Amino acid sequence: MKALMQELKDKALKAIVEADSLESLEALRIKYLGKKGELTAILKQMGRLSAEERPIMGQLANQLRAELESSIETTRAKLEAAALEARLKLEAVDVTIPGDELKLGHKHPMYKALDEIKDIFVGMGFTVLDGPEVELASYNFDKLNAGEGHPSRDWSDTFYFDEDSRVMLRSQTSPMQVRAMETMKLPIRIVAPGRVYRKDEVDATHSPMFHQVEGMVIDKGVTMADLKGTLNLVMEQLFGEGTVTRFRPHHFPFTEPSCEMDVQCHKCGGKGCPTCKGEGWIEVLGAGMIHPKVLEMSGIDSEEYTGWAFGMGLERLAMRRFKISDLRLIFENDVRFLEQF
Amino acid sequence: MNLSRKWLTEFVDGVSVSDIDDREFAEAMTLSGSKVETYEDLGAEINNVLVGRILSLERHPNSDHMWICRIDVGGDEPVQIVTGAWNIHTGDLVPAALHNSTLPGGKKITKGKLRGELSNGMLCSLRELNLDERDFPYAVIKAAALLNDYHPLDAEKPSIPADIKAGDKVFGPVVAAKALAVETVGVNVYKCSLDIGASTVDVETDCQNIHEGDMVAYNTKAASICTLDDLRAQQAEFPHCISDGIFVLHEDGVKPGDDIRPVIGADDHVIEFEITPNRPDCLSVIGLAREAAATFGKELKLHEPEVKGGADGRLDELLKVEVPAEELCPRYTARMVRNVRIGPSPKWMRERLRAMGVRPINNIVDITNYVMMEYGQPMHAFDYRYVKGGKIIVRRAGDGEELTTLDGNVRKLTSNMLVIADDTRAVGLAGIMGGENSEIVSDTVDVVFESANFDGTCIRKGALALGMRTEASAKFEKGLDPMNTLPAVNRACELVEMLGAGEVVDGVIDVVNKLPEPTVLALRPDKVNALLGTDVPVARMQEILRSLQFGVNGETVSVPSWRADVEHYSDLAEEVARFFGYNNIPCTLVHGESTLGGYSDEQLLEQQLGSLCRAAGYDEIITYSFISPSYYDKIRWASDDPRRKSFRILNPLGEDTSIMRTTTLPSMLEILTRNYNYRNKAARLYELGRIYQLGGEDGLAVESKMLTLGTYGPKASFFGLKGLIEAVMKDIRAKDVHFEACADNPSYHPGRCATVWAGSDCIGVFGQIHPLVAANYGVDAEFYCAELALDELMLARGEDPVYTPLPKFPAVTRDIAVVCDISIPVARLIDCIMTSGGEYLKGCSLFDIYTGSHIAPGKKSVAFSITMRSDDQTLTDDHAEETMKAVLTALEQKFGAIIR
Repeated sequence: MKALMQELKDKALKAIVEADSLESLEALRIKYLGKKGELTAILKQMGRLSAEERPIMGQLANQLRAELESSIETTRAKLEAAALEARLKLEAVDVTIPGDELKLGHKHPMYKALDEIKDIFVGMGFTVLDGPEVELASYNFDKLNAGEGHPSRDWSDTFYFDEDSRVMLRSQTSPMQVRAMETMKLPIRIVAPGRVYRKDEVDATHSPMFHQVEGMVIDKGVTMADLKGTLNLVMEQLFGEGTVTRFRPHHFPFTEPSCEMDVQCHKCGGKGCPTCKGEGWIEVLGAGMIHPKVLEMSGIDSEEYTGWAFGMGLERLAMRRFKISDLRLIFENDVRFLEQF
Repeated sequence: MNLSRKWLTEFVDGVSVSDIDDREFAEAMTLSGSKVETYEDLGAEINNVLVGRILSLERHPNSDHMWICRIDVGGDEPVQIVTGAWNIHTGDLVPAALHNSTLPGGKKITKGKLRGELSNGMLCSLRELNLDERDFPYAVIKAAALLNDYHPLDAEKPSIPADIKAGDKVFGPVVAAKALAVETVGVNVYKCSLDIGASTVDVETDCQNIHEGDMVAYNTKAASICTLDDLRAQQAEFPHCISDGIFVLHEDGVKPGDDIRPVIGADDHVIEFEITPNRPDCLSVIGLAREAAATFGKELKLHEPEVKGGADGRLDELLKVEVPAEELCPRYTARMVRNVRIGPSPKWMRERLRAMGVRPINNIVDITNYVMMEYGQPMHAFDYRYVKGGKIIVRRAGDGEELTTLDGNVRKLTSNMLVIADDTRAVGLAGIMGGENSEIVSDTVDVVFESANFDGTCIRKGALALGMRTEASAKFEKGLDPMNTLPAVNRACELVEMLGAGEVVDGVIDVVNKLPEPTVLALRPDKVNALLGTDVPVARMQEILRSLQFGVNGETVSVPSWRADVEHYSDLAEEVARFFGYNNIPCTLVHGESTLGGYSDEQLLEQQLGSLCRAAGYDEIITYSFISPSYYDKIRWASDDPRRKSFRILNPLGEDTSIMRTTTLPSMLEILTRNYNYRNKAARLYELGRIYQLGGEDGLAVESKMLTLGTYGPKASFFGLKGLIEAVMKDIRAKDVHFEACADNPSYHPGRCATVWAGSDCIGVFGQIHPLVAANYGVDAEFYCAELALDELMLARGEDPVYTPLPKFPAVTRDIAVVCDISIPVARLIDCIMTSGGEYLKGCSLFDIYTGSHIAPGKKSVAFSITMRSDDQTLTDDHAEETMKAVLTALEQKFGAIIR
């Protein structure tokens, strides 16, 4: 019997190791270890054994079963691994085939630039304001110290809705300064972006409708140094660290002192090139300390409070930011243009 | 405003081109507040052009018209230059462009051979040096008709025989004469010895093209040499006898070898400034000199005009001035000059005017322009002859009154305009342009110089209404210093005397209606430093203000009359900052009480909607807020549709941009159409833009924002768009969202249009654009659009989510298909299912709609997947059956829908 078992063992282990598929392996398991298998057949002869031999043979049989089972498991694992490998090989794809298209929309480049600016100011504690585009001349001009007779009030420059030149399309976002001063509690820190309108024919650099963003701070002890520091910080965030700027005296009716801010030409580094028209600098915005008359007209005590304000054209900024050569592209809205941003 | 740097040095030392180059000068002036636009070296293009003296002149052996000149250009050896011009003579000084020289316009001159003869350069005409006769009036060329240049128009029938000899008759008293000798005896005066056959005569002529050996036509009766006009000849008959040629110099102190640039005034540099409207004082050489002196820390040297006077007559008898329109004319100052000698002004004056961009005309006119440039005070000169009644009246024009201005145009005036008139008529448009009827002409004898101050707004509006903005009006409109009129008129008279252009009558007429009170301010150094964020010492502030000619007495500052823009300590702060240097002000950050900042709920909603649209593949667009009224027709709004009431721009750029839109639909359709016409296969677009309706506060607009969607292309469909709108409503957590068919919106397809609702509030409309609207845009494609009101979306926003526990027990799903009338909306079937199913019914989704075979005509089969679940136990089959039975019963009772 022992010899039978040994014979079974040799035969079975050889067959198991040589099994080439999970199916034939299972067949071997049934053949040797199944209820009607060869091991069972041998064990059925146990009855003929003596009482002393039985436990020994039983132990041997169990050992053999365990050995065969373990061999089957090993082979099974091997065959399974091979089968998986074969399947994975079969399932391999050409990864260079383009993915399923997910068509995302695009933010307009102008608003992309604007959102950057808004976020910078919001981070500094500024509130974003919205205001009317159909505006009173008193807000657009008078309360900004541009009285009757100021050239920008001419009908050749500004769009009007009545013969008395009372209601107009705002020509700047600056009336939002007045609206903020009249309605908000001090201290005030606001930015007010929006559409503005001037009577310019459409060409590569002009449009009768364009966008500005206005900013204003009013508090006790606000200085021109604050204006410079804050705007420098904004320019660094917009154009990168180390951006060189300069401030030049200028004139606006509603600020005193007034200035314009230039950014050193990124192309030539200030030497002068066609991009900066040989000046080495590119003008980015107008700013200044809010004129005391303007503060007083809006009921703010100019002896106690000071403030600064700036106004910046957005189209030009976006055009610079994305190297857009023609302003008309901004309002043409060709999807081939829009989808570049 | 142009500035001649040479002129500037008259008032400020140490700022010449050799002291400070253009770039440095421009940079410093820009940073102190006078923005430089451009700068130009007037002689930059002229190189290696020298003064040459013609040593000898001989006819070119191989040409019928060229001359070979030997020229002394200051070197050891004379140079040989060949020229085709005939107006030069031995001894003349001429501009010689030598080998490797350059001329204006980038023209390069090199040596070369002309018909075999070496030419080492070129002699220059006025034009080749970018000049004309007005710059050098003596350089006008007059040509005699040279018979040896005669080319008959008809070779068969010459008017003058080819073999004509001295003494032969040409016609009448005119005979052929041969020049035996020609001698230069003065500026453009030549003595010619002529052989007239029987005898010789000596004659003086101003024709410059005659040389020894030439045959001329001599009028024996008039004893003069004939020009082409005298012979009534055509230019083609005498092709080389032309009034053009070399620029022969008659300048003092000029010698061979001199650089031509200083000789012709091309050694100046011109700076172009952008002067802001608050600084009309800088529209003058003196104003800019003041700024330059302060900028570079130099002394300003001004000059008090001195007039000798003494002409015959008394001013008060000769001239009276009345100013009835006194509110428009704060000051009117005038002087008179008699026995004027109209002629060219001197070279230095012409050069300076030219550098400033002003064309020289004649001495009197040039003086008025010179003073305007120097003092910034526009001047006008009238011919006294035409001031009828010896009286000048400054009055408003009559409505419809006409005046022919100096430019020859007839101007129709209104009573808002100011005229200078005599007793009978207007002779000038005050502050804008003189009248043709009183223009200074060559025989003018007595001149009135006007130096007045007019109301800026009146001049600006008048110039604008007449479309004639002049140098003078551009200055007046900014509001000039009334204190400047007297020095300016005196300066003009001084120049008249200096130029010997006339005799000045003693006395000044000076009508003063209103002079501004001098402004006196407290300096308030602490406030100035507090405003600037600086620590500038008081002494430095005072020094800066003094350098700008402010009166400074301790902390009291008297503002000069020309600085009407300075009226507050903050204005003084700007003056201090300008010269302390804006870039020396430190940089600090916002400080003080902190503010929260951030976006409003509306702005956050806009951001949310924008993100959602982009996630759905829609691109953002920006369109004009103004449209044409005809766009309402294009979207088929009825002619009496109340929404047509729009804000109308009274002065639009054009009809297309003349009204403020009350709908964004035409803007979106225009952009869709444009993309479609550009053959872009598909477009998905959104805009967050405003509409402008009547009825706002203060007569302003109600400006509501709209989310407008538009799409076309292979994937565009009604339900595609509806899916996005549903997503929008879901994203803002709107409650009770439903859609209603909308067949009466004229812009949309009546069967493919719906309104969107949240409860009882209509959020907007969407659908396929009506084919007739598409046709109005010239498009044969399906456009889909949506118009959603932001205000409504704002109101429809649901509350913040609150967590509901996830289901603990499994759901049971049953699919059913019912057959019902084709007209029954699916939404009503779903409503019916949801309301009739009881507590276990949790969801119902449509998965199929079918019409066709096996379904009766007029019927449709609608299939739903129904989800049921109990919250506290596993749902039993009985419960599921009960629920389904209730649903089916309700569907049958309500809609006659039968299970299929």
